[in-house]
Amino acid sequence: MSPFVFTLRDAPAQRLDLSPLTPDRLVGQSESKVAAIQLQTTRERVLVGDVFKIRMGDAAQIRFSGGSERFDRIGAGMSQGEVSVDGDVGIQAGRLMQGGRLAIAGNAGPWAASGMTDGCLTISGDAGDRLGGPLAGETLGMRGGVVIVRGNAGARAGDRMRRGMIIVEGKADSHTGSRMIAGTIVVRGRAGRLPGYLMSRGTIVTVEGSDGLSPTFVDSGVHDLLATALMARYIQTYSPGVAAMLRRPWRRLLGDMAVIGKGEIFCPVAN
Amino acid sequence: MSQLTVNGIRVDDTFAEAFEMRATALTITAHNAAWARQAAATMTGFATSVIGCGCEAGVDRVLNPDETPDGRPGVRVLLFAVSTTELQKQLQARVGQCVLTSPGSACYAGLEADERLKLGNALRFFGDGWQISKRFGDRRYWRIPVMDGEFICDATTGLSRTAVGGGNIIVMGATPETTLAATERAVEAIATVPNAIMPFPGGIARSGSKVGSKYRGVIASTNDAYCPTLKGAGNSALDPDITSVLEIVIDGLTSDAVAAAMRAGLRAILALGPDRGALRIGAGNYGGKLGPHHYRLKDLLS
Repeated sequence: MSPFVFTLRDAPAQRLDLSPLTPDRLVGQSESKVAAIQLQTTRERVLVGDVFKIRMGDAAQIRFSGGSERFDRIGAGMSQGEVSVDGDVGIQAGRLMQGGRLAIAGNAGPWAASGMTDGCLTISGDAGDRLGGPLAGETLGMRGGVVIVRGNAGARAGDRMRRGMIIVEGKADSHTGSRMIAGTIVVRGRAGRLPGYLMSRGTIVTVEGSDGLSPTFVDSGVHDLLATALMARYIQTYSPGVAAMLRRPWRRLLGDMAVIGKGEIFCPVAN
Repeated sequence: MSQLTVNGIRVDDTFAEAFEMRATALTITAHNAAWARQAAATMTGFATSVIGCGCEAGVDRVLNPDETPDGRPGVRVLLFAVSTTELQKQLQARVGQCVLTSPGSACYAGLEADERLKLGNALRFFGDGWQISKRFGDRRYWRIPVMDGEFICDATTGLSRTAVGGGNIIVMGATPETTLAATERAVEAIATVPNAIMPFPGGIARSGSKVGSKYRGVIASTNDAYCPTLKGAGNSALDPDITSVLEIVIDGLTSDAVAAAMRAGLRAILALGPDRGALRIGAGNYGGKLGPHHYRLKDLLS
């Protein structure tokens, strides 16, 4: 069956909340009902039919033809199926995602994968700040699933992450894995300043090192651990290039000793 | 007892009687195949019979690096016990004392099932707070710091409630040498059958037992009917030309695995012939009233 396609008519006049357009919520809906779904984030009402041309199809495969940095909360809360976007998206893409696959061909704004618990989010471009992180007032960020960023990630990627895997194939800005509780972050390019800032547990791999580590991390030497081999095997299907780079000895830093110090950063041997 | 003769060897018209057991499987890896085998051998030592060892265990097969979770050489081990509680106890003690301690080892779930037994979830406390949990997809590992690096262990492993223990072949020959030769051939053949183990030394038991004893409190005693030195006294089941008897006991994750293993063993003994091997083949049972699985030798040969 062909996918369910939303084709963007014109650039949206306001930010849109696209969270209703997930496989979970579109299954069994008629075209008229779908066209009448409200997407506005201001007092001016915007319906799906105003913004998109709709081609009905399999609600388990939703495609957005055309993107915008005003596409907020796309794929939010989805638990099954596939959603793909041909272009950019705005804030909170895949927020609280529980399953399924969300693929963004362009860039994503801040808080992508925020509080995600399962599923797979792929961002082919760059990700904004606080990838996987919690919103204000929340205590936990990402709690499961896999996020792959083919480009660069903004600051505080994996903030307060509790479980799951974030793979950044490009560079990451400062404070990667800040306040991390557990989980795994791999940055293939160089990480910005202070990765693992106040992390209590969890694993960060900075394949090309970072712009500066907190002095509250201690060097535990160079190790060739099975854990990184198992990590490489798991990553293989998501990012073969990164997986290949993991299979070697790493310098292991323990921290952040400013908190409980049970986290680890793997960095190049000559760091 | 009625018999049929195949390739000059007498095959009793009888059956092996086997019981349902709880079982699990592990994949043990190490830097090289020798150390993987060492860890597996240590862990499955003193695990010949549930009568005295708490469990029955053995090596199912050697694994190539591309068959193991960490890409290193490995060995698949099977453990069988009469209850889930005892299996959990034996698993924890044996992995903790024999695999965790073995240089470079790692231990992974070797059986997928909905019901789980604790593996790393029980051993992690050895880490004294330094242990690290790592979840990759639906697998959760424990990383326990040890003196040569880290011991990696799956959090849990699968439990089978439909495993079968007690499949057996009784090999009878003219001399100890020919009887052993035939039994060794059978062990070699059975070793190639997946999901089945032979828990006794080298796969062979020379002291088959019967239930009970004349002595109070002794739950098993020598199988006097098959002891050649007792021919002529009591209820000997042996013919005049038999002077040596050996037994192969087989445990399998499934009834089909036990049947396949017995079939492989029988064929190997028959192929060797009576001059260099066995004169007669039998099987042990309790009249068919105790164990739900019956493996009739005649059926296995058809």
